[in-house]
Amino acid sequence: MKDTVEIRWHGRGGQGAKTAALLLADVAFNTGKYVQGFPEYGPERMGAPITAYNRISAKKIRVHSNIYDPDYVVVVDETLLESVDVTAGLNPEGAIIVNTPKKPEEIKMHLKGYEGKVYTIDAYRISVAALGKYFPNSPMLAAIVAISGIIDRATFLKEMEASYKHKFAKKPEVIEGNMNALKMVLQEL
Amino acid sequence: MAIRERLSGNEAVSFAIKQINPDVMPAFPITPSTEIPQYVSTYIANGECDTEFIPVESEHSSMSATIGASAAGARALTATSSCGLALMWEELYVAASNRLPVVLALVNRALSGPININCDHSDSMGARDSGWIQIYAENNQEAYDNFVQAYRISEHKDVMLPVMICQDGFITSHAVENIELLEDDVVKNFVGEYEPENYLLNSETPMAVGPYAVSNYYMESKKAQTEAMKNAKQVILDVANEFAGISGRQYGLFEEYRLEDAEYAIVMIGSAAGTTKDAIDSLREEGKKVGLLKIRVFRPFPEKEIAEALKNTKAVAILDRAESFNAHGGPLGSEVTQALFNAKCTMEVRNYIYGLGGRDFRVEDAKNVYSELEALITEGKEIENYKYIGLRSED
Repeated sequence: MKDTVEIRWHGRGGQGAKTAALLLADVAFNTGKYVQGFPEYGPERMGAPITAYNRISAKKIRVHSNIYDPDYVVVVDETLLESVDVTAGLNPEGAIIVNTPKKPEEIKMHLKGYEGKVYTIDAYRISVAALGKYFPNSPMLAAIVAISGIIDRATFLKEMEASYKHKFAKKPEVIEGNMNALKMVLQEL
Repeated sequence: MAIRERLSGNEAVSFAIKQINPDVMPAFPITPSTEIPQYVSTYIANGECDTEFIPVESEHSSMSATIGASAAGARALTATSSCGLALMWEELYVAASNRLPVVLALVNRALSGPININCDHSDSMGARDSGWIQIYAENNQEAYDNFVQAYRISEHKDVMLPVMICQDGFITSHAVENIELLEDDVVKNFVGEYEPENYLLNSETPMAVGPYAVSNYYMESKKAQTEAMKNAKQVILDVANEFAGISGRQYGLFEEYRLEDAEYAIVMIGSAAGTTKDAIDSLREEGKKVGLLKIRVFRPFPEKEIAEALKNTKAVAILDRAESFNAHGGPLGSEVTQALFNAKCTMEVRNYIYGLGGRDFRVEDAKNVYSELEALITEGKEIENYKYIGLRSED
């Protein structure tokens, strides 16, 4: 693995791509890594395309620019494929993960000839099954961890449980559902 | 024992404020500094610190209330960005000329217009002549460390000047990164209690603050401010040395990165310096002698020290993240060039403007600057004296 793994998130304002990037930074930090998690801010509003980034490294990270040649891209909203060049600069040795019920072959035609690996995950189905509502964050987070291998799966689940217990201290009823969402994704990928 | 954490720059500064537990914090929200009063008021609500938080109706009022609190004898601070700093304009001068040791957490953001919420240094650079000490950070760690050192500098009896602790809006303020925090008692012991010498609430010695100064006295007051600013240089270094003792992190007036034998140097401020360090390491592997001088303290300006550090270079690029609209360069460009001229340095000097309104500065941008400097010296390929980089028209 390279010194630094770079991940770019594409989502729409309100879907939690920024939160997912910050959660990934948290989990990676808890496993002893150097991390960066940051959003790119434009005139944000609900529904507008947004970008968030992660750098995860064994070494101290000094660079403070956006990520143009990511190793992995996560697309939280499938409809962005029509309007955003999501595979721009994406490492052909890396992968793209798209939130969609479709198969990777059906998505490939929208990816401007990207030759790397294409994964799809139906975050809607998983989220509704596990949580009873649609929060694509947890499934997409599990998907990037499973595919990139930046964190060992068991460690990831352990850290996420601790993180959810902290985050949802006042509504513990959602912890189990979120954990189930993570586990369902890890089983599928 | 240092505490290993991951925090955004805004969280880091707020954490330092909580640890210092100042007396009064008036504030008005403005992106991207809004989180600082949000975090601090949460700490107060949770009983983690007992700073008096004053929600006010504008930045003109937040700085006025900060000044009032400080004149009364309290340790005071506020936070702002961009147009918020511009609205404090009048009070910035009042704070400095009344020798009030207030601290401002500034999260650098472009000034309007066009309206833009992203980083550049036009807000603090506009305030460079207001009489405030200005200290800049490359990342969340430096923003935290600088804030912990701020009151030791501002309240020093040889200084008694307000201090602006600056960090880059969004780039560091909203980026979560690793950080090493100091323990609460270590910070509290380092900063100490504030014991003002003269203050309004001291009934033993009644005093006036901010009176009129006739022409016969006004200029002496300005000279005294200048002397305090000169004194600040040594105090900043002394405080930095003491800080190294509790943190293991050594700061100076600026940081030299692989500069000692460098033929080509970049001088810049803030988060883009980290990006430039990556460019330097990569170019050094190709045998290029390149280095960086990253300004930490812009006020007082370390004129002689900068010239000394750059004197053996063949060419220097000064990168400004602010315009000054003098039509020949940016504020850092003018000051560094003056420093080099006064030290009779004769290397080539060029001024670049980058990163306005959050325009991204990439490793490649830094590499291009070094390559232009090298071509200037080895091939005589001219560069404009004052050049914009990263413009869309160049794409």
